[in-house]
Amino acid sequence: MYAFTLHRPSSVRQAANLLAKSEDAKLLAGGQTLIPTMKQRLASPASLIDLSLIEGLSGIELRGRSIVIGAMTRHAEVADSPVVQENLPALAELAGEIGDPHVRNMGTIGGSLANNDPNADYPAAALGLGATIVTNKRRIAADEFFTGMFETALGADEIVTKVMFPLPKKAAYVKFANPASRYALVGVLVSKRGREIRVAVTGAGANGVFRVTAFEEALQRRFGPKSLDGLSVPAAGLNSDIHGSAEYRAHLIGVLARRAVAAAAG
Amino acid sequence: MPAVSMTVNGKPVTADVDPRTLLVQFLREELRLTGTHVGCDTSQCGACVVHVNGRAIKSCTVFALQLEGAKVATIEGLANGDQLHPMQEAFRDNHGLQCGFCTPGMIMAAVDIVNRKGHDLDEHTIRSELEGNLCRCTGYHNIVKAIAAGARAMGSGAAVTQKAAE
Ligand SMILES: Cc1cc2nc3c(=O)[nH]c(=O)nc-3n(C[C@H](O)[C@H](O)[C@H](O)COP(=O)(O)OP(=O)(O)OC[C@H]3O[C@@H](n4cnc5c(N)ncnc54)[C@H](O)[C@@H]3O)c2cc1C
Ligand code: FES
Ligand code: FES
Repeated sequence: MYAFTLHRPSSVRQAANLLAKSEDAKLLAGGQTLIPTMKQRLASPASLIDLSLIEGLSGIELRGRSIVIGAMTRHAEVADSPVVQENLPALAELAGEIGDPHVRNMGTIGGSLANNDPNADYPAAALGLGATIVTNKRRIAADEFFTGMFETALGADEIVTKVMFPLPKKAAYVKFANPASRYALVGVLVSKRGREIRVAVTGAGANGVFRVTAFEEALQRRFGPKSLDGLSVPAAGLNSDIHGSAEYRAHLIGVLARRAVAAAAG
Repeated sequence: MPAVSMTVNGKPVTADVDPRTLLVQFLREELRLTGTHVGCDTSQCGACVVHVNGRAIKSCTVFALQLEGAKVATIEGLANGDQLHPMQEAFRDNHGLQCGFCTPGMIMAAVDIVNRKGHDLDEHTIRSELEGNLCRCTGYHNIVKAIAAGARAMGSGAAVTQKAAE
């Protein structure tokens, strides 16, 4: 790993100033992606800005018909939160299936969304539940946030501060985990909130997480697994690697979407 | 070099460190607590698991400087003098180790499972909670048995009181 300086600001404003004025700085949240990347020298920031001492960046709150989660909230906290378990169990379950217990004790929701790994779970939650990502500058709808593999709409000195999930009427996430890494080979989140239906897929898209509008329209008519009969996602444009071909992933999307709808409807 | 202070196995420690120093390097090279192992150094294997403020984490995936003021517990802090911790004893009784390389991380992970899930652990729970710990020797079977037995022993009155590991 290359040398760096560590900053430990106590406010978001300080962190943003550091980020703006340092040449080659990166934010450090749970470190569960960034530190391994730095060890491999795939990232070599000159300075790291540790967000862990900033008060108010972590915590879970029910506000009206939304759950608001601070960016530094660890995966384990979301998984174990009675508020999330009660009001949005699909999200608690999703968080509880990320990696392993030790990773979940460090990794954060803000870090996962900012990183936008094409196989990560939280991007499916944000897009599939129609979340709003709040930064130190603005609010970004999940539909605009994920812009490509490891790419987001975040500006160079922008910091995710919290994520707001509107409560759905029904929701479920079903993941086919890579047996070694536990990342999603394919994961599908399905939700229904009023008239709005969302089907978000992670693990499969060459540009990261995406919505399946054909499935959403079919589910508008009737929210049940049978509504997806005869429908499939084309393999063209899906990822193909040693873990699974594009065709295999396309098939998995159909299977997992049906299971997710059945779980959400049931 | 910046300084860091933390409590390790109940003892306060302070040292100047290069910011790149991982917690596991700090423990092994600075404090000479070589019970915590480095298996993969890529955040996969769990040989480096320690407790920080009561939660199990991979010490190869956190910088020492991030842990200013933290309470760290390592495998060295578990036994009470010559008397093994009940989870260590259970690994011995159940043949839960062969080469022993993964064992410190397994035992720290196991104690964390008991802290979160209690003393009556079924096989499914133990196996899924061990997602982050790899063993190349045992095939896991005896590790699972050891953890179930250790969890029960930790709950029974006969269990030795855990030395202030934090
Ligand atoms: C063994 C292992 C298994 C894993 N399995 C899974 C899995 O099954 N599913 C899954 O989804 N993930 C998995 N992960 C990834 C894990 O969830 C990470 O915690 C997560 O992707 C990154 O979060 P972090 O808090 O650790 O961020 P860091 O590693 O600290 O940061 C990641 C990136 O985000 C940026 N960043 C961090 N916080 C912010 C912020 N608030 N605002 C703007 N930018 C920010 C950083 O600068 C960095 O570029 C796994 C990781 C490991 C090591
Ligand atoms: S050495 Fe830390 S997880 Fe393998
Ligand atoms: S006993 Fe050898 S790696 Fe587990």
